[in-house]
Amino acid sequence: MGLLAPADQDKLRESFSEMTSPVRLLFFTQTLGCDTCLQTRQILDELPLLSDKIAIEEVNFVLDKEKAAHYAIDRVPGIAIVGQDAAGAERDSRIRFLGTPSGYEFISLVQAVLLVGGRGPNLTEEQRQRLAAVDKPVTMQVFTTPT
Amino acid sequence: MAFANPNITAIAVEATEYPDLARRYRVSGVPKTVVNETTEILGALPPDMFIEQALGGLSSS
Repeated sequence: MGLLAPADQDKLRESFSEMTSPVRLLFFTQTLGCDTCLQTRQILDELPLLSDKIAIEEVNFVLDKEKAAHYAIDRVPGIAIVGQDAAGAERDSRIRFLGTPSGYEFISLVQAVLLVGGRGPNLTEEQRQRLAAVDKPVTMQVFTTPT
Repeated sequence: MAFANPNITAIAVEATEYPDLARRYRVSGVPKTVVNETTEILGALPPDMFIEQALGGLSSS
């Protein structure tokens, strides 16, 4: 059973095949008090089926508070996207999703996974330099709704 | 942007699931981006404009 149409699965499989490094989706969840956690898990479960470079790691938000704090996740369902650097060490992308990644947000999630997996980014050299100059912590919260 | 610089964190927040956050940041339309609790960007912008608006509100070092 899949939430995605076969044609979409094929397209995603093709996009994911261009990734060069593995991506872990840390999925912060809890058993009680999270109405949308199951739905989020079902959506996330679609992804490893399309690429062996994608893995879902479930983290219990209540039992593993240290990990939640480490990845700065303070709500569930929460997703942290973690990649690998050239040496194979963990590289936190510092990209987070709070809430169910459905509708357009699913596309955003896929694009983030592709980016962290080595396919992208779509930045110009000038943009890259502009961003490299940021030397203070910057937190950007992008509010969306399911469409 | 977050992937390009470890100082930057990007969080996509589903507003209907977290009405307290939506209220806190007065989200009445989406997408709405809030940068460091201070700068607000309504709607989707081309990358260059977005970067300038997002980072333009930071004090220069």
